[in-house]
Amino acid sequence: MRSFVRTALESALHRLGPFEILEATSGFDALRLLPRGHWDLVISDINMPDINGLELLSFVRRSDVHRATPVVLISTQSSDKDRQRGLTLGANAYLVKPFTSQQLLDEVLNMLEKAGAGHHD
Amino acid sequence: MRVTMTDPSDKAREDFFSEAQEIIETLSRNLLALDEVHRQNGTDPSLINEAFRAVHTLKGLSSLFGATMIGALSHHLEDVLDDLRLGRIPLTDHILDVLFKAVEGFGRALAMERDSTQERTPSFIEGLVAQIRKVAAAPGPSVETSSEYDIEPGLLAVLTEYEEHRLRTNIQDGLKLFRLRVRFDLVTIDKGLEEIKERVKKIGEIITYLPTGETSSVDSIELDLLVASTRDLNSLSAELANVDLVIEEVPRRPRRSQTGKPKVGPDKISLQPDVVAAGSIAPAQQVAGGLSDLTGSLRSVSQTVRVDIRKLDHLMNIVGELAIVRGALARLADRLRGEGQRQSATDLLRLHRNFDRRLAEMQDGILEVRMVPLGQVFERLGRVVRQISRDLGKEIRLVITGAETEIDKLIVEELSDPLMHMIRNAIDHGIESAERRLTVGKPAMGTIALNAFQKGNHVMLEIEDDGRGIDGQAVLRRAVQLGKVGGEEAKDFTRADILGLIFLPGVSTREEANDVSGRGVGMDVVKTNISKLGGVIDVHSDDGIGTKMTITLPITLAIVSALLIRVADNTFAIPLASVSEAIGFDDAGLRVVDGREVMTLRGTTLPIARLDRLLSLSRSTSPPRRQYAVVAALGARRLGLVVDQLVGQQDIIIKPLGKSLNDVRGFAGATELGDQHVGLVIDAAALIDEVLSTTDAGARAARLTYG
Repeated sequence: MRSFVRTALESALHRLGPFEILEATSGFDALRLLPRGHWDLVISDINMPDINGLELLSFVRRSDVHRATPVVLISTQSSDKDRQRGLTLGANAYLVKPFTSQQLLDEVLNMLEKAGAGHHD
Repeated sequence: MRVTMTDPSDKAREDFFSEAQEIIETLSRNLLALDEVHRQNGTDPSLINEAFRAVHTLKGLSSLFGATMIGALSHHLEDVLDDLRLGRIPLTDHILDVLFKAVEGFGRALAMERDSTQERTPSFIEGLVAQIRKVAAAPGPSVETSSEYDIEPGLLAVLTEYEEHRLRTNIQDGLKLFRLRVRFDLVTIDKGLEEIKERVKKIGEIITYLPTGETSSVDSIELDLLVASTRDLNSLSAELANVDLVIEEVPRRPRRSQTGKPKVGPDKISLQPDVVAAGSIAPAQQVAGGLSDLTGSLRSVSQTVRVDIRKLDHLMNIVGELAIVRGALARLADRLRGEGQRQSATDLLRLHRNFDRRLAEMQDGILEVRMVPLGQVFERLGRVVRQISRDLGKEIRLVITGAETEIDKLIVEELSDPLMHMIRNAIDHGIESAERRLTVGKPAMGTIALNAFQKGNHVMLEIEDDGRGIDGQAVLRRAVQLGKVGGEEAKDFTRADILGLIFLPGVSTREEANDVSGRGVGMDVVKTNISKLGGVIDVHSDDGIGTKMTITLPITLAIVSALLIRVADNTFAIPLASVSEAIGFDDAGLRVVDGREVMTLRGTTLPIARLDRLLSLSRSTSPPRRQYAVVAALGARRLGLVVDQLVGQQDIIIKPLGKSLNDVRGFAGATELGDQHVGLVIDAAALIDEVLSTTDAGARAARLTYG
């Protein structure tokens, strides 16, 4: 199932360059996709079935290959606890639902620029 | 650098609406299940959490898309569901009512966003939001559950607030905690995971799934399932004896380790350790290879796509066109043979056969894609039953069988309204009040059964209630009163004849009207809608025992059964759905009434129309002495179409006529007739409309002249 979020992100990002966006349908799917490459950014909701976003983040941080990959977590407005745990585990940024497409895009670009600066300059 | 995402493309728009629709359906399903559990005084935290996540996702989507109405609704609903799942407020009947209202609200709001006609937030949204806010917990610091139970900090660090809440609740309730370590092969993880879930859910609650980070293989993932259960380790191990996993009880006191990795302790029991070790762990050398080819093998797990049904219609059209090409190939082969080129003719025929086979496969394939389970529409009905039975204060059980029965997507869409109406009728007119039921010796709770099953090329749908049945005498009185039936005629009516009258406009099964199902408006509309789908509806009702409506529908709209007929050397197809019968006759049996030819069919007068004249066909020979009248029916109106010959029955794909022919009256399209020829498909409903309305007008004009 291809989600609207991915379609929307892709249509906005493709004007910036050849980004490749992979959509995982669940935490498991993300675990399965992660080892297949190097990623510039991971965006994940905290509230996912089975493996939650915090567990995914923890997995990324423990991985030899992906430990430095920026991770943006998405959370509800109400849960400070979830946000706090995410930061402790090493989340790079938060998006609180509801956010607009512009906010999402700004955050993505912000993260990519930071990461890009670190790598190339 | 800034990039805007305003003005989402049509594609993104479609993605949004279909995804939002799916989420709302999921939410509805969860709430119905929750309602069921709640009515038995139980609760299911996972259902509440599922509902929460559905709304959470919807909220995210709608704010990205800019769907403000849905955004506002989901925002407040998410709060309530969060309160519920975190135990801040208890689930009550009232809250369930509000949740169901919100689902209806989502449906309405989605339709409005789609039409994008709404400038400002409509009042029903504001009203709903107010109701939702009223049931939410008062804001305040979240209550920290007692800390006398210690949870390993490494574990706690990766739990969401909800998962922690479930963990603490289970510990407080005295349940034991277990860690189940399982390794899944990546290829089969979905199936493997489902199996484990099924097994484990029977004996406990799964709090969360933790990836162990053990990356010795790119082909598998190792997970720890954190499970709370009332059972002890031995019982759990016995229950899961044939599952490939390692179970360990998690002690309540914290360990010094912060990693969250399980320790080998005295409690540990290994199940089939050799299999775990050797069976699924692949050599580590594949990691490097996996990383090197980045783009080639990147695939998501999801194997489904959403497709606009018009695209499938388009494909089906192409199949229709290819069928015509197939006919041309066969004709060409015949011609070659006639010209003595036997070898070429044989080769071509072989090609033709191959083409024919593949085309049939392709047609079947496309049809299969169009099929969706009836469960989609049944879910909506579940909500209706719940709502109406509450409104009327009737206890009703809805029993559904055959929800997995598949039918054409377009039929499912169109079925919703008729079914809804019949269910309303059943609840309102059929099922008696609890007191009344008890006095006649029935259980207080009424039952409505919705059964679906496939029968050959048709899908049968039964709507059955155990209510009071239809009062035949009341129906008959009403029909006589309305002048639909003559008083004398009425005396000879059988029970079946009388029940058939409920499909006439204005005839009701009930004396007075009310809000729920109105009065008498309905069954005639239901019948017309079902006919449009090529279906028929039958009613069976026993006084005091109940009523059963049976709907027979074709499996698909893309292929219709048709009667092939010949008239004036032309072959035409008439869809069988609009044919009630065909009868042979000769001109001696005809009379002329009001300038229109009619015949007498089993005591009633049947107007007839000669198809050759109607379609202005020229004849080289005179019509045969014995002809046939194909009786076409539209609702209660019937017309005998006179044809020369009945050829037989055939399943056809109707291809629309080209734009230039769109206005030609009387034809629904063209089709390939299998004898290598293309034929026109007669639109019987249009002909009935045309012929009978001119008759009526003519008759009225005549009366006016004489009056």
